[in-house]
Amino acid sequence: MADADETSKQAERNTNVGDGIAVKKQDIARAKNEGKELTKDEKQRLRKEKKQQKKNKKDDKGESEHENVPLPPSQAVVQCQSQKVCTSEKPAKSKAEQRAERRARQEADRAAKGKKGESAQQPPSGKSKAPPNELQPVVKRLPEHVQVDDPAAVRKLAKKLERQQIPVRSEYGYKVSLFSHLHQYSRKAPLTQQISIPSTVIHPYIVRLGLQYSQGIVAGSNARSIALLHAFQKVIQDYKTPPNEELSRDLVNKLKPYISYLNQCRPLSASMGNAIKYVKKEISNIPCLCKEEEAKKQLLSCIDNYIKEKITLAATTISAYAIEKISNGDVILVYGCSSLVNHILCDAFDKKRKFSVIVVDSRPRLEGREALRRLVKKGICCTYVLISAVSYILPEVSKVFLGAHALLANGYVMSRVGTSQIALVAKAYNVPVLVCCETYKFCERVQTDSFVSNELDDPDDLMVTRKGKIHLENWQDIRQLGLLNLVYDVTPPDFVDLVITDLGMIPCTSVPVVLRVKNVDQ
Amino acid sequence: MPVEVALSERIEAFLAELKRGGSGAGTLRGSGETARETTALLRRITGQAQWSSAGDLMEIIRKEGRRMMATQPSETTVGNMVRRVLKIIREEYARLRGSSEVTDQQESLHQLLTSGGLSEENFGQHFKDLRANVIEAINELLTELEATTDHIAMQALEHIHSNEVIMTIGRSRTVEAFLKDAALKRKFHVIVAECAPFCQGHEMATSLSEAGIETTVIADAAIFAVMSRVNKVIIGTQTVLANGGLRAVNGTHTLALAARHHSTPLIVCAPMFKLSPQFHNEEDTFHKFVSPHEVLPFTEGEILSKVNVYCPVFDYVPPELITLFISNIGGNAPSYTYRLMSELYHPEDHEL
Repeated sequence: MADADETSKQAERNTNVGDGIAVKKQDIARAKNEGKELTKDEKQRLRKEKKQQKKNKKDDKGESEHENVPLPPSQAVVQCQSQKVCTSEKPAKSKAEQRAERRARQEADRAAKGKKGESAQQPPSGKSKAPPNELQPVVKRLPEHVQVDDPAAVRKLAKKLERQQIPVRSEYGYKVSLFSHLHQYSRKAPLTQQISIPSTVIHPYIVRLGLQYSQGIVAGSNARSIALLHAFQKVIQDYKTPPNEELSRDLVNKLKPYISYLNQCRPLSASMGNAIKYVKKEISNIPCLCKEEEAKKQLLSCIDNYIKEKITLAATTISAYAIEKISNGDVILVYGCSSLVNHILCDAFDKKRKFSVIVVDSRPRLEGREALRRLVKKGICCTYVLISAVSYILPEVSKVFLGAHALLANGYVMSRVGTSQIALVAKAYNVPVLVCCETYKFCERVQTDSFVSNELDDPDDLMVTRKGKIHLENWQDIRQLGLLNLVYDVTPPDFVDLVITDLGMIPCTSVPVVLRVKNVDQ
Repeated sequence: MPVEVALSERIEAFLAELKRGGSGAGTLRGSGETARETTALLRRITGQAQWSSAGDLMEIIRKEGRRMMATQPSETTVGNMVRRVLKIIREEYARLRGSSEVTDQQESLHQLLTSGGLSEENFGQHFKDLRANVIEAINELLTELEATTDHIAMQALEHIHSNEVIMTIGRSRTVEAFLKDAALKRKFHVIVAECAPFCQGHEMATSLSEAGIETTVIADAAIFAVMSRVNKVIIGTQTVLANGGLRAVNGTHTLALAARHHSTPLIVCAPMFKLSPQFHNEEDTFHKFVSPHEVLPFTEGEILSKVNVYCPVFDYVPPELITLFISNIGGNAPSYTYRLMSELYHPEDHEL
């Protein structure tokens, strides 16, 4: 058996060395660019080849006797599968030989695992275990925006942005130590000050969009997603395939710097992330023989369909479900400005339900005033309070309707900061809490507190003028003083009684089921 | 009983101050000063008014007390001081009459049934030492009042260990002194919730950070979000109610609920003069509202007329959410409040 292994390994190595490498590289490149889901075998093969290439590269740097040495140790490993025996057999080895040994052992392990029926004593090599058929591997990259305290990650990002010719936004102000892993920018220093206008790298529509995001002119996850998709439509319209390039590959590459730029202006939301994934998938699915005009038309209509299905029609469906939950004489509490919740209330009012609304607002964003204006314009009877008065007003409330920014896979609701507080107090007074969320905002992340992944807004927003005096005016001068302006928080699922989505009314804990159903569909 | 002109001028001036001093606009800053001013005024009344027996004096004080309380019902320290002084008068009278204090205080069930309590006592006897004794006792009370903040601050090191994260809301002079005293010896971090719309948390934060304490200001909406990292919540209050609950600045109930959810202890630093024999659903004066333009300014003109806007100042916090009271006589649990109250006030004075 050992001989068979040995020869198979030798054969593998021989195929990889020399011309084989060029062929494999092309394979890899093609596989990557296709963007198709690689099968398990293909992925394993790719990994093996990468390792092999690295090994060969290291070989070129150093020892030449490398080829001959691994044979006996690998034989020994396959036979006895214990490192102790290995090292005891060859007591005095040079460092290079030991390294080679280790690498060969890893190769042997992987080769052995690839064949079924090998003994189960093989120690698993690295993180990539052979996964069962239904579940995806867990290896995920940590997003950049929660690694600000890691200088290596910051350098990597800076290099990437330099390559894409996008300026790096500088941090502002003293950051509270609990949040040193997040970015904190100032609204008074937008990214557009550092790029030349008109920009040669970034489409002007995207520049404008980025500025709108960073100044808060376009806010709210639905609004941001729709604005993003419209901007992508414009980009696609103006796009011309350069010669010798394929639209499906080149357009995706064109979009990458735009996305980095938008990320720098304001971190992407979960809904935007899902929209971008969808657009990229559509683009890479364009067949290569398709003409440019046709391809563009197809893409534009895809994006239109996405907006119509996932946002507009979803809102109508959710509104139809939600109206069943609104009865005459209800006093409904809403927080901040959620486009979906406003839509539901306006629809219910149109269907002649009699209810009154209490709008709760919070500093420093004061988004509730916008919701108040829309509801009053419709003619709904409204009350307005700040979030600190919520325990005074809650005994009069019969239901609480909340919007969501994203629904996480462990059932937590990520929404505007203050939502969890309202849910907490509502629970204490036994008032039902209903969250309204479209399915395109469901996201596969999991999170248990509001610290690990959040957004820090401009700390200067907390300053306020009272009686002609601003108390926190010189907060930067005082070393021990920090201002914290959080944007999001997570609500635990036991505070939420019902989630109304376009697929129906589900409990908070059914979110991963919906995600799975969606993935299978796609 | 006629009251002298100069004295009545004084009283009028004090009432005017009270009326203006609702949210710190007048010269009276904080309930500590109000308590001291009230007691000083009551001492002056005792000294200068015309009265011959304890009963007369009590009647005068009750009358003036009622006037003062009516001016600013939310300022309960005024009423508390009046009740303290009445109790002092009763005690001094009882001492001079010769009856032992102990039997008077311990109203056994038998005594209550047979004698009908002290209601037949009309305090009519005249003692010439009474005036001097009462004034002396009130002076003692004033000394106690002046030292309350220091006594509370002295206990700080028993409750704060190093590297703690402490959360507080709004601005309380007692808590400020408490934290500054602990900061002399220990290093810890304070998170201040700004408490909109008055945003008194900002002043608190600047004051604490200037004393060298690591401070962070957060918006009210972020209280629950950051609560998981907080070790203790230390707050002040406007009044401590008879059942051990609080009447505190708005937003405190949310803070208390968040602390209970995370099992974080809630410590209330309140001097004894804030203890009031009220219950929270007794009078219509529990909630106080100020101008809604703090919440929705007049610049929002067109919708202003079509919406109801509320701006309550106080919140009720039930005693189940409170872990500990720290006062100038030491720490105690909320369930002990009834006992303290029976020592401070006489039951007949609960309704002035």
